[in-house]
Amino acid sequence: MITMENVCKSYRVAKRNAGFREACKALFHREYEEIQALKDISFTIRDGEMVGYIGPNGAGKSSTIKILSGILTPDSGKVTINGRVLWDMGGRESLSYRRERYRRIDHVRQIGVVFGQRSQLWWDVPVTDSYELLKDIYSIPDSVYRKNLEELTESLALRELLRTPARQLSLGQRMRCEIAASLLHSPDILFLDEPTIGLDAVSKLSVRDFVKKLNRERHTTVILTTHDMQDIEALASRILLIGKGQILMDGTLADIRKDAATMDETLAQLYKTYEIT
Amino acid sequence: MKKYISYFRMWLVMGLQYRAAAFGGVVTQFFWGFMEIAAMHAFHASNPASYPMTMEATCSYIWFQQAFIAMLSARVFDGEILESVRSGNIAYELCRPVRIYDLWFFRSTASRLSGAGLRCIPILLVAVLLPESYRLSAPAGPGQFALFLLTLALAVLVSVAYIMLIYISGLYTVSSDGLRRLCSSLMDFLTGGYIPLPFFPEKIRRFLELLPFASMQNVPLRIYSGDLSGTAMYRAIGLQVFWLVTLVAVGRVLCRGAERKLMIQGG
Repeated sequence: MITMENVCKSYRVAKRNAGFREACKALFHREYEEIQALKDISFTIRDGEMVGYIGPNGAGKSSTIKILSGILTPDSGKVTINGRVLWDMGGRESLSYRRERYRRIDHVRQIGVVFGQRSQLWWDVPVTDSYELLKDIYSIPDSVYRKNLEELTESLALRELLRTPARQLSLGQRMRCEIAASLLHSPDILFLDEPTIGLDAVSKLSVRDFVKKLNRERHTTVILTTHDMQDIEALASRILLIGKGQILMDGTLADIRKDAATMDETLAQLYKTYEIT
Repeated sequence: MKKYISYFRMWLVMGLQYRAAAFGGVVTQFFWGFMEIAAMHAFHASNPASYPMTMEATCSYIWFQQAFIAMLSARVFDGEILESVRSGNIAYELCRPVRIYDLWFFRSTASRLSGAGLRCIPILLVAVLLPESYRLSAPAGPGQFALFLLTLALAVLVSVAYIMLIYISGLYTVSSDGLRRLCSSLMDFLTGGYIPLPFFPEKIRRFLELLPFASMQNVPLRIYSGDLSGTAMYRAIGLQVFWLVTLVAVGRVLCRGAERKLMIQGG
């Protein structure tokens, strides 16, 4: 179970006008603007749910995912994952030094993360070497590792790819390998940040099928951000809409869908309704 | 611990595949060493009385310095670490159950060892076979050789611990380029990279020998030829240990602070 309570996050962005003079001025005096990326976000996600987290660019999707995966510190609010406090900013029960120290490390053992626009495979070595390293990093027991790798190889059709260096894989092939890499340690929760970005139709379908199967068979909780409405249609049983740093809607696909409209039209309509485009 | 050793192995293996870079390095270091020794001969000829080391010790110093440059130099940075901070790929490393400081420390040590491993053997081999006035001579004794190996290992660790501080500064300022350039020139000078520390004026030398930079090259290279011995040597080894512990402690504290306020942008 994942709960976020009143989480806020703001960024400080340096701003200046164009031009040489302005650049020189900025050497001595900088103007900052506070951007509120997340304003009082609260939600609860139960075990085994598949949640689509949608919203326009810059709405705060990635910030939320980063906070949930423990790599971005919120300004205020509380995040609990499987009963354990991940972040508690400004709360009375602040964590002791020792617990604080291992908090991130304990937390990341139970999650898998795929950032669609980055790579977690080591570029110059065959995929299987990266997997072996992950095995040691997560201290995965031999038997579990072999079983997981066998299953993942089978369902993501990786057999031909494992011996290839990551840099020579196509994007679709690489994404399949990335997803497998994030699941070797059998995490309870999987964060997918734009997992189908830039993929061709076949690769998209195979990624979707795989995620569905994973959720069905292992009851992995999946949180997915995407701009591809077909991903949402295929995967998400629940949709969270975020815009301008706030949760605007929490419901199912049926709630937002008008009869004949395509998914993209539905979404565009939704963004217009909430004035977040 | 096993995970860090696996990281270490991974980077050791990855570093060993860059053969062309290593070959280029060997040729450059060899000619550089040759020229440096020629210059030292000129100094020696002009006033042998004020020359602070023996010529054999100078030759050994320069050849080891050139052979191990990838391991000891303050200029060698792991481009991937700097890049991962700048581009935000560090996000993935933060999603692993590993401590960033330890991870980077093992990784830098591994890439330094593999860099030096490829370069040192040809350089040392040729240096041994050169005519006498340029030759890399045998160590002063078996005891000195053992201490040379020990202090060489400490020197690598001190260098890495220092360079870690520059990597960590990248976590605070996004790009550590400026600091990196500033530091590396200064460091080359202070470690004895341009001229060995014994050539500095007495007062400056005494001060420099206390700095962590002296622990990086000066100590092992001078122990080998017996130029550094007795109490001064034990004091130098003590200082190496002191700086290693201090730099690691400072690095860990800074790294922890940085992890908390880190921002991964974009995406």
